[in-house]
Amino acid sequence: MENRHIGRSVPRKEGREKVTGAARYVDDLTFPGMIHGVTVRSPVARGKVREIHYAKHIPWREFTIVTAKDIPGSNCVPFLIEDQPCLADGFVNHPEEPVLLLAHPDQYWLEEARRAVHIEVDPLPAVFSIEDSLTQKQVIWGDDNLFKAYTVEKGDIESAWSAADFIVEGEYATGAQEQLYIEPQGMIALASPAGGVTVWGSLQCPHYVHKALVRIFGLSKDQIRVVQTETGGGFGGKEDYPSMIAGHAALLAWKSGKPVKIVYDRAEDMVATTKRHPSRTRHRTGVTREGKLVAMEIDFTLDGGAYETLSPVVLSRGTIHAAGPYSCPNIRIRSRAVATNLPPHGAFRGFGAPQSVFALERHLDRVAAAVGLSPEEMRRRNFIHQGETLAIGQVIHEKVEMEKLLDRALVLSGYHEKRRRFAEDNRNNLTKRGIGFASFLHGAGFTGSGEEYLASEALVAATREGKVQVLAGSTEMGQGTNTVFAQIAADALGIDCEQIEILQPDTSLVPNSGPTVASRTTMIVGKLVETSALNLKKALFESRLLKAGFNAAEFHDACAQFIHKFGELRSLVKYHHPADLHWDEARYQGDAYGAYAWAVYVAEVSVDLRIAEVHVEDFVAVQEVGKVINPVLAAGQIEGGVAQGLGYALYENVVWQEGRMANGQMANYIMPSAMDVPKIRVYFEEIPYARGPAGAKGIGELPLDGTAPAIANAIAHATGADVCEIPMTPEKLMDLLERVHA
Amino acid sequence: MPDPPRKVRVQCEVNAKPATFEVYPMERLLDVLREQAGLTGTKEGCGEGECGACSVEMDGALVNSCLIPAVQAEGAHIRTIEGVANATQLNAVQQAFLAQGGAQCGICTPGMILAALNLLTRNSQPSENDVREWLAGNLCRCTGYTKIFASVVEACRLMRLER
Amino acid sequence: MRSFIPDYFLETPRNLADALEQMAKAPGMWKPFAGGTDLMVLLEAGKLHHRHFLNVSKLAELHGISVSPEYVSLGAMTTYSDVRRNEVLALEFPMLCRAAAETGSVATQNRGTLGGNIANASPAADSPPALLVYDAELELVSAKGTRRAAFHGFWHGYKKLALREDELIARIHLPRRLHTWTEFYRKVGTRRAQAISKVCFAGAGMLEAGRIADVRISVGSVAPIVLRCAETEQLLRGERIAPELIRAAQATLAREIAPIDDIRSTAHYRLRVAQNLLAEFCESLAA
Repeated sequence: MENRHIGRSVPRKEGREKVTGAARYVDDLTFPGMIHGVTVRSPVARGKVREIHYAKHIPWREFTIVTAKDIPGSNCVPFLIEDQPCLADGFVNHPEEPVLLLAHPDQYWLEEARRAVHIEVDPLPAVFSIEDSLTQKQVIWGDDNLFKAYTVEKGDIESAWSAADFIVEGEYATGAQEQLYIEPQGMIALASPAGGVTVWGSLQCPHYVHKALVRIFGLSKDQIRVVQTETGGGFGGKEDYPSMIAGHAALLAWKSGKPVKIVYDRAEDMVATTKRHPSRTRHRTGVTREGKLVAMEIDFTLDGGAYETLSPVVLSRGTIHAAGPYSCPNIRIRSRAVATNLPPHGAFRGFGAPQSVFALERHLDRVAAAVGLSPEEMRRRNFIHQGETLAIGQVIHEKVEMEKLLDRALVLSGYHEKRRRFAEDNRNNLTKRGIGFASFLHGAGFTGSGEEYLASEALVAATREGKVQVLAGSTEMGQGTNTVFAQIAADALGIDCEQIEILQPDTSLVPNSGPTVASRTTMIVGKLVETSALNLKKALFESRLLKAGFNAAEFHDACAQFIHKFGELRSLVKYHHPADLHWDEARYQGDAYGAYAWAVYVAEVSVDLRIAEVHVEDFVAVQEVGKVINPVLAAGQIEGGVAQGLGYALYENVVWQEGRMANGQMANYIMPSAMDVPKIRVYFEEIPYARGPAGAKGIGELPLDGTAPAIANAIAHATGADVCEIPMTPEKLMDLLERVHA
Repeated sequence: MPDPPRKVRVQCEVNAKPATFEVYPMERLLDVLREQAGLTGTKEGCGEGECGACSVEMDGALVNSCLIPAVQAEGAHIRTIEGVANATQLNAVQQAFLAQGGAQCGICTPGMILAALNLLTRNSQPSENDVREWLAGNLCRCTGYTKIFASVVEACRLMRLER
Repeated sequence: MRSFIPDYFLETPRNLADALEQMAKAPGMWKPFAGGTDLMVLLEAGKLHHRHFLNVSKLAELHGISVSPEYVSLGAMTTYSDVRRNEVLALEFPMLCRAAAETGSVATQNRGTLGGNIANASPAADSPPALLVYDAELELVSAKGTRRAAFHGFWHGYKKLALREDELIARIHLPRRLHTWTEFYRKVGTRRAQAISKVCFAGAGMLEAGRIADVRISVGSVAPIVLRCAETEQLLRGERIAPELIRAAQATLAREIAPIDDIRSTAHYRLRVAQNLLAEFCESLAA
């Protein structure tokens, strides 16, 4: 297979629509007779709903009103379990929990009506922190507030401590982070008992929404249709939440008999939808005086919010990544996801790993200092190699070159020279400079037997005109799915990329390729697309309608003749889990991921001591990712991820008041602007992964893991401040700096 | 029930064509453009004037249309993203964004392109700092800005060639 | 959009006289609407409780920057972009230009006005500290006539202006007195651009024979109004700049300001930053 497109920066497939303003996002669409919907939400964190008052000045007859009683099927938004209601019924468990829905043709009257509904709640004691949940100050979920727990054990940790010359402990915390896609959540629904339910909207996983609507309406699968509209960013924030808003729009459509559009404004999106799980991690590490890790004990806890949703899966990934790309003979990781009366936390790029990797990489710098080694030497002496095992017992069969990545990253960033220069310059300067790094890995695809369970499918079909269509449930949300799939299919077939059409994900047309999450789309689904396209070419060759060395016209003719003769030319490919990957769910051991990307990120910061402000001056991101299918798109993913990681480290602070986000405005929840982000310098290494399309591995989430700890380590280097939590806002840093100087 | 709502007539020019709207005085220019003129290229990202997704040019100045009441558009010349390309060809800024990967999810792109164009019509050789400052009111969550800067540099080069 | 848009009036008077007459006929009913960058944000958040506005954005008397031997006079409708483009302001009132450059984004600067900024009376506003140091004077007009008032003292409480219900801010006059002084302006915000201020410091001073002959200090975001720190100024006047003096001034400043905890920052941070900026200002005077 000749790579005419793979490895080249083929322009974005839907780029022209995006730069001309022609791309249609859900709020750009109108349907005849369409009305608007809004959600009325709980004013308190926890309690029993006593009564709902409807103020008299609103002409309620004009409105469609939906409560839990109107739900035809099951009042739930199903994920792993069904504890989360679609509309609260009798009890509320978090601020902003949806209680009822309103629809009306006029958006101004609708908003007036929303304000005119008063939900009276008899409050119950609520829990707002990991600590209060763990101590069961109140039991607010299940018997013990515990959504999920894991234990991972390697070797014999109890006896390992005696071999340690140093034991270093630390506690690390990360805050919630809002995905802040610039396009807020939105859905349009058409629903009736006769016509079934169709929704169009901003989403990552059409088949997740489909599954939820089947439950909410009690209809059969073919009576529900989900269509993805052009999506303005997701980052995980549109993985699970769209099922909720789709259910709401559809319920209003069902009751009113009209098409209903719900689009959140920014304030509602911020306070009511999911965020990254806050975390607390405790490390206890035993190391020899030569700096060899002999014991790693890790306690990792996530705040899941009021309902389970995806917390067990986030916890799983965070747990598996908690011990990093290092070889340590004795490890114990105990992790848990606990319930609080906050809006449920959810998927955000990285999905548990940014939390545990922050703790680990910050901790290892501190361990290095305790032993008297440089941070880089500490890592070098412990990097995992081919043939060695990770914490969960996975043997790394592929080539791993962490030392080489580290060397390259340090050279590219001028690390050693800068450390010397800064030591000198910082002496008489109120602006301190520092440089720090993080070394890490990120597993691509669903964990363990997850991909096997998903059993994803993709389909490639040719038309009589010689055009080729790719049908997959994978969504484009800016990361480049459409373009990468087109490149893969084009090269597999040996035709031009322009001939490939990626169909808009529509559950009535495309197979279930699994969710667009977990850095799996290129690696797993792209491989299915590649296989399917190769099958098509093979069928054409075997039919003798096409010979090797064909041109475009010959391809066109061959397709036309094949379809004329056989009726259709298509190949549906289903995922087959490699026989040599084994995962033991009960013991949490084995081959967690088919492939890992490996990386070292270096951050250079300046810290103005007068105002405790950190500015990232330079950033180098070096990663080994298999095969880079599209250099511009791949670099774009890393750059965008680093910017989000920068926000995670320094700016993005959720202010909680009684379980509610108090700073739900873009003026007060701060994401980095063009003045805050340096030029991000991205470098790729490529060791092709045999099972990826053209050798590609997943990269989407990788940058979120290493950015924040690299910055934290740089701040510590610059100032001596013992940074152990993020976001490291100027307020928090000023407190730490005062402690350093005291 | 309150008095029947009072609408007023506003006359202006949108993308070089005369336009007349019947609007509530405080209706946002953003909504008038999207719903009455059918120009959905201008987007709502925040409704607070922070994200710049609603950026348009009004009498040659870059403004956030979510913060402009319809009445103040009277007599104004407004350009939206739909008015950037001419009938046959994309503008240099649009071409540059395509070539350099300046657009990912695309939701910030119309505002970002208008902001870049607005800068380049004033300053054909902006420094990196000029670009950062001029675009600081347009937030992008996908790109980390690196390829947006590259797109502006490329647009400068294309505009020089055109001249 | 969290407000009921049909309930809002925004009328465009033909000229200033008509505007003032309308305001005089129903005192308190009509408020001016300038660039809208504050009012529209409140509207969208459902927090704009006033309903009747006069669109003053086209009134000629409120536009333009004029220069006389003693004053530079700015119309209330002067935008931040107008400020940044003006050569005399760049030369003689650089702190005001700095403040304008750090207000919001280019899009905000094209629409936000000085008059609107003063009328909105936010303690976190970026221009007022510079205006206070420059001893700005306001020209206020009504159907009854014109009066001038010092900007210092015009804000007398949180969002409370010494502005009559029938009055409009017409012009801001800046005395051309301080341009030989050393000036220092620094805004500390939530990020490098388009940020609401956590602390905003403006200072100007002049040394004679190694002593501080005169000094002006104004700090924003540390009290319900933007403050002129008269006590700190008094402590510094006549003294030589030395570490002990700076420490004493910082202690005095701590007594004059009243920073709070809010969703953006903390009282402690604001206090420390204000004190550190004061030190930086004093060091810049000594240099």
